[in-house]
Amino acid sequence: MTLLEISDLKKSFLTPDGSDHCVVNVKTFVLAEQAQVALEGESGSGKTTFLHLIAGILKPDAGRIVIARQEMSALNEPARDRLRATTIGYIFQTFNLLQGYTCLENVLLGMSFGPGADRNLAEKLLKRVGLGHRLAHYPGQLSSGQQQRVAVARALANKPKLVLADEPTGNLDRKSAGESLALIREACRESESALLLVSHDREVLGQFEHVADFHKMNRAFAQEVGP
Amino acid sequence: MNLCGIVLRSLRQHALSTVVTAASVALAGGLLMSVWVVKQQSQATFTGVNGGFDAVLGARGSKLQLVLNAIFHLEASPGNLAWQDFLDIQQDPNVELAIPLAVGDNYRGYRLVGTTPDLFQKAEYAPGKHFELQAGGDWFDPGRREAVVGDFVARKMKLKVGETFHPFHGLIFDEKNQHSETYVVIGALKPSNTPADRVIWIPLAGIQRMSGHDPNAATDVSAVLVKLKAGSAIAGFQMDMMYNKQGNRLTFAWPIGRVMADLFDKIGWFDRVLTLVSYLVMLVAAGSILASIYNSMNERRREFAILRALGARRATVFSAIVLEAAAIAALGMSGAFGIYLGLVTVVAGIIRAQTGVVLDPFSFNPVMLWSPAAFTALGALSGVVPAIKAYRTDVASNLTPPS
Repeated sequence: MTLLEISDLKKSFLTPDGSDHCVVNVKTFVLAEQAQVALEGESGSGKTTFLHLIAGILKPDAGRIVIARQEMSALNEPARDRLRATTIGYIFQTFNLLQGYTCLENVLLGMSFGPGADRNLAEKLLKRVGLGHRLAHYPGQLSSGQQQRVAVARALANKPKLVLADEPTGNLDRKSAGESLALIREACRESESALLLVSHDREVLGQFEHVADFHKMNRAFAQEVGP
Repeated sequence: MNLCGIVLRSLRQHALSTVVTAASVALAGGLLMSVWVVKQQSQATFTGVNGGFDAVLGARGSKLQLVLNAIFHLEASPGNLAWQDFLDIQQDPNVELAIPLAVGDNYRGYRLVGTTPDLFQKAEYAPGKHFELQAGGDWFDPGRREAVVGDFVARKMKLKVGETFHPFHGLIFDEKNQHSETYVVIGALKPSNTPADRVIWIPLAGIQRMSGHDPNAATDVSAVLVKLKAGSAIAGFQMDMMYNKQGNRLTFAWPIGRVMADLFDKIGWFDRVLTLVSYLVMLVAAGSILASIYNSMNERRREFAILRALGARRATVFSAIVLEAAAIAALGMSGAFGIYLGLVTVVAGIIRAQTGVVLDPFSFNPVMLWSPAAFTALGALSGVVPAIKAYRTDVASNLTPPS
């Protein structure tokens, strides 16, 4: 079953001199339910913008994005926010945890915009990522690897159908990166979420059975990936 | 986690600026409530205090000076009136009670007032309330050099029954002007919470015949307190006509409350200035909330972007900021009650020491309801500008930490 279907997606930004600069131009992209796909691309190739478009954070200039049979690209902003909160989990390179919130509160916050805060589930998720003993710790009291694990727990808090991971190991050392990547993939499998991960790290990309070259794809190169 | 949870955590995260801003609101709110309560209570009290009398008869002059002198024991007497004038008004069929007063001496700044025992035995300083003595005391004998001290004076000067003192000439204490006469304290009044508490009461003849006073005025009095018979309101009007319009020798200050109200009417501009200052203080407090939150917006843009990325709507972020501003104002207003109590207690102490009039900080005033509501609403309003900034935060460009 197809979870994510993208066609003729375009996004441009205004440059300081007033001209349009096309950042994303993807003819088609399809992701199956529970698939785990890595997008390969250099820095500045538009990967993050592509993920922001899928998440509904940005609105495309043209094209369609359909997630779980809902056309994200046709929704107004509040509806996109709602769809993102209930359907998508987002893992960032810089973790993006709120510093004034404890680990548990960060995960509960992720839930509060979706189906609602569930303390038991939040604790269970943090135990699952090995932080059951750090529930009341603040992000500043954790290592980078531990912070990324909190971010993973938060991304999975609403049982999303799709997890977007933007260079999730980019700020971690080699050992933590390997552990973190394994955790993300395993946790997504357990929660039956599809995973779309972007990275330029060969070692990370080497872990995936399905890798798409975003550089090529972004030149309107049509391809279908996934099992 | 709901909106309140987000706001509470934000307040906790920015605890220092929250406390400082709330403290400024507390000061502003406390000041506003204090000004309001002191203004209204003092006006109500000063126009309500009449010592149980309807009018004051005195020498030709200002009615206000006459009332301040005879009722509040504050001003100098405008002059003397003859004993016969006292007898005339005492025998008026519309007069229930007339009490002569004589002033002109003090004991270390506290005024000596000569009067007759009728003031204590017949007059009610408030409906149903007579002056009472503290245990062990007695009323003075009109023919002896005895004194009954008001409660405030007794406490301040530590005057006890059996102690003696020398009066000083004039209403302002000057050590060089000591009279040779010695008075013995024979009783102390129970607190009446009226200006009488700040007075040392002695027999009328004591003032009239004090050494150094003009022997030609030995039968004169400074003022006469007049209580009209019940239902004799028309009599007050007639006496007003007789003494003030037809006569030119004496002044009949009637009704006492109206005279004081005229004073407050005359200084109404001051009242309006105080009110204006209070409103300005409110605005300054609202400005401090705005500045405090607005200044934190740059460092919080990423926080808003994260919230948005997690699925929070623009309206949620906007509401969180407005609610946060309102919460700071509400927090400040809860502290404002402490500031108010402290301020009004001090001010009430000063007013009581200077005038004998008692203000009650615990007495309810509508300002205690509307000012917290107004401050909270104003706080919320001051949060709108930073909330608009938060509302407009671009998510995509703020998800990455500034390098």
